[in-house]
Amino acid sequence: MTFASIIIQLLNGLAAAASLFLVSAGLSLIFGVTRIVNFAHGSLYMLGLYGAYTLIEALGRTPLGFWTSVVLSALAVGLVGVLIEVLVLRRIYRAPELFQLLATFAVVLVIKDIALFTWGAEDLVGPRAPGLSMAVEILGRRIPAYDLLLIAIGPVVLLVMWLLLTRTRWGALVRAATQDREMVGALGVDQAKLFTSVFFVGSVLAGLGGALQIPREPANLELDLSVIADAFVVTVVGGLGSIGGAFLAAMLIGVAKAFCIGVGTVNWFGAEIVFSKLTLVVEFLIMAIVLVVRPFGLLGKPQAAQRIAADPAPPLTVPSWTFVLVGLALLLAVPVAADRYVTILLTDIFCFALFAVSLHFIMGPAGMVSFGHAAYFGLGAYAAGLLMKRAGLPMEAALVLAPLVVGAFAVVYGWFCVRLSGVYLAMLTLAFAQISWSIVFQWDSFTGGSNGLFGVWPSAWLAGKTAYYYLALAFCGAGVALLWRVLFSPFGYALRAGRDSPLRAEAIGIDLRAYQWMAFVLVGALAGLAGAVYAFSKGSISPSTISIAQSTDGLIMVLLGGVETLKGPLAGAAIFTWLRDEVARRTEFWRGVMGVVILAIVLLFPQGLVGGLKALTQRWREAQSREKTA
Amino acid sequence: MLTRNKLLAGAAALVGLSMAAPADAQGPVKIGELNSYKVFPAFLEPYKKGWELAVEEVNAAGGVLGRKIEVVSRDDNGNPGDAVRVAEELLSREGAAFLVGTFPSHVGLAVADFAKQRKVLFLAAEPLSDKIVWDSGNAYTFRLRTSTYMQTAMLIPDAVKLNKKRWAIVYPNYEYGQSATAAFKKLLSAKQPGVEFVTEQATPLGKIDAGAVVQALADAKPDAIFSSLFGPDLAKFVREGQQRGIFKGVEVFNLLAGEPEYLDPLKEEAPDGWYVTGYPWSEIKTPEHTKFLNAYQAKYKDYPRLGSVVGYATIMSAVAIIKKAGSLDQDKLIAAAKGVTVLTPFGMIEYRPIDHQSTMGAYVGRVGVKDGKGYMKEWRFVDGKDVLPPDADVKKMRPGN
Repeated sequence: MTFASIIIQLLNGLAAAASLFLVSAGLSLIFGVTRIVNFAHGSLYMLGLYGAYTLIEALGRTPLGFWTSVVLSALAVGLVGVLIEVLVLRRIYRAPELFQLLATFAVVLVIKDIALFTWGAEDLVGPRAPGLSMAVEILGRRIPAYDLLLIAIGPVVLLVMWLLLTRTRWGALVRAATQDREMVGALGVDQAKLFTSVFFVGSVLAGLGGALQIPREPANLELDLSVIADAFVVTVVGGLGSIGGAFLAAMLIGVAKAFCIGVGTVNWFGAEIVFSKLTLVVEFLIMAIVLVVRPFGLLGKPQAAQRIAADPAPPLTVPSWTFVLVGLALLLAVPVAADRYVTILLTDIFCFALFAVSLHFIMGPAGMVSFGHAAYFGLGAYAAGLLMKRAGLPMEAALVLAPLVVGAFAVVYGWFCVRLSGVYLAMLTLAFAQISWSIVFQWDSFTGGSNGLFGVWPSAWLAGKTAYYYLALAFCGAGVALLWRVLFSPFGYALRAGRDSPLRAEAIGIDLRAYQWMAFVLVGALAGLAGAVYAFSKGSISPSTISIAQSTDGLIMVLLGGVETLKGPLAGAAIFTWLRDEVARRTEFWRGVMGVVILAIVLLFPQGLVGGLKALTQRWREAQSREKTA
Repeated sequence: MLTRNKLLAGAAALVGLSMAAPADAQGPVKIGELNSYKVFPAFLEPYKKGWELAVEEVNAAGGVLGRKIEVVSRDDNGNPGDAVRVAEELLSREGAAFLVGTFPSHVGLAVADFAKQRKVLFLAAEPLSDKIVWDSGNAYTFRLRTSTYMQTAMLIPDAVKLNKKRWAIVYPNYEYGQSATAAFKKLLSAKQPGVEFVTEQATPLGKIDAGAVVQALADAKPDAIFSSLFGPDLAKFVREGQQRGIFKGVEVFNLLAGEPEYLDPLKEEAPDGWYVTGYPWSEIKTPEHTKFLNAYQAKYKDYPRLGSVVGYATIMSAVAIIKKAGSLDQDKLIAAAKGVTVLTPFGMIEYRPIDHQSTMGAYVGRVGVKDGKGYMKEWRFVDGKDVLPPDADVKKMRPGN
């Protein structure tokens, strides 16, 4: 790279970072105050683009029309954010941790289908910024004037946010709430209003980030999920709740990407390194490195001890033998009684159930949330497929050995992850998942690259759908039973002790980190088993088994069923898989319908389905016994 | 006691029942269709309209085998795991005769492998992957659309004619982009020895950093660029490149960019002079296309996209196969599909017995801008059969079945 191209790529990186910073700043602000992992933040960004497009068409392609549209669109998105907060999130602030994530996920689905309905499927290419459509010559190369403006907007917004946060009463309240929101409440501040206002500002930033992109990016329906992952990465790399950190991280990632592209292909010591291919994963590599070196991000501080918003998790109860035996008997009878497709759908559900139960084990009782659990599921599928296709092992051996391979990966990933806590830990698991994904996705000669592996079918004696159904039931059932059993062993109790009070657990001699590490490996291996069973049921494996979407599905299943109960993840996996199958068949707008159904469940059962039902039966029993004593 | 008469009566009853059974099954012939409707709506909404039109026409003409046809359609969520499940549902619960559809390569390949396992016919509509009929081809899978290799090969004569020495390449980083790039480099090097490929940019699908990519290409000082970008990536690439003036004096070739799905959103910024493959729907005057165009516009009050043609031709192909087979028996269907000819809006096509690829062609031309809209100028139709590799090469690539 020449000096000139280095400078130009630097400017490119900074321009790309501007919008990313705005979105991330909003996300960081919202998380800092409300502790909500707002999955719908990317959807707000997308709405910002669509809104700006429509408004510009209406107001005219003049400088005045353009800038009015950008501002109006951002404000409108702010109002959407307020709506989400008031109608949905406000009702579930006291739900168990992360439950709000489920609600925001449902909002993503709904907004996506509303956008499809309103703006159609075709990409909408907005106009260039009127008055700024020319390019400026720098060092003999042309760079769009609008990019230079974006580079300037970033620091301006940073300054405005800094003034807002440090020079106004509202800012003082936000900072106080980020530190200790219970205390802020106790001092007589109306939390509801504060949260709503924070949501408004955060959403305006997301909308503004989107609207400002209109001359650079067509409005399309994939924007929501593609930006949300990047925004999370920036937020975490910068340090949660730190706007300055988000600014720094956005610059770092934007510039790093531009340089990967600028450097292109390089020969180092005879090996050809294609840097442009790194763009697929560079932000996650940066996040992994930053988190390993600085566990709270670049400018983040250790999270202030939060008083728990919800009640502490109730003790787990062992599922009764009647439940287990009746359930098992019913499942054994299915192939005899029901049609062939039911066994196929149930085979899927078994795999997802084990996947969800293993995720529940780590995020519930062990207290370590994983956003990248698909890493183990997908690696299990690939391990099984590769052992069979590349190592030539029989299918049965591949199925049994796959969890061990995945366990080995979990040993490595877990070692890094257990050194962190909270959302930082969750994001490091995501980083590992994405790094695994990008390697699998690009290693054509070994993993089959983006196409994946084919011809991964079970041996002849298992090829029948009924035979495989029983195999899946046996393996996944055994996996679930093992995990449940472990939860009621001394090891399981020690994990819960560590979750509820790390200090006391250490004090009575529990080596918490070692325990958590072991839990990681166990859970990884069993998620790997689920993936291996899944692979042979499908006959093919694709990188989507390791994708963010797969990890999210797992989280949704656990939260939907209820994170505080053992049966929750089972119910969640079953209902989510069945619902998707059923709704997708009945309506074209199945995503929106799914979103609405999930929202209804969220609002009716803030402890998840099983948790909610449990609470209901308990209340009913209490009422009964009160009647008896009266 | 069981007498001979009773036995005979029973047998007669059984025969009667078995004769009656087909009469009961005189419902419509069900064709199982699956696609990633929600993941690629820009292409697949027109596709769906296309096959709905075909179903209507086929049924108005009396259907097939004396029965009406019905397409049972499912969303596969762009995910091979889900695709295999809905494929199974279409076959075992809906009683579909066979499978058609799919869009992304990895889903197409997964369903192809599933079809092989289940021993049913699968007509892949959209996937462009060369592997689906070659490296991973199987006896049960046929493919309609003009593949990556074929479309790339169609652009080669123009590229050779320009005789540019320094080429830069940009492609979306997954199989389609990779194989387009590989095919282009191989074919051009063979025709034009001494050609240099000065830089290559692999961009994440849907997330191109267009400014940086454009700059990196320009830094390599190419005479020409070969791109396989599409969708939002293409729009960003075009805008950044034009704003930065890097396309001046540089010839650009872009697969698929002439398809209305990807060209129309660019409006007045459509890149004038680019060499593309696509679909100049308003200018094709063949009788079969005119008939299709009129019917489509009458039904939907909208013009067809390339997806519409593919959807329409998919169902027409399926029906032609059933007609030729004269039954819904899988072996007969497969035998019939080999070498079946179908009249599509792009003319007559044949599903080649050698590799099960259809000879559907594509339109090659250059992008022009008129009335604030992009269109294809100087276009010509290239028949698919003229750009496929020699039979010996195909046989080498395709595993023995």
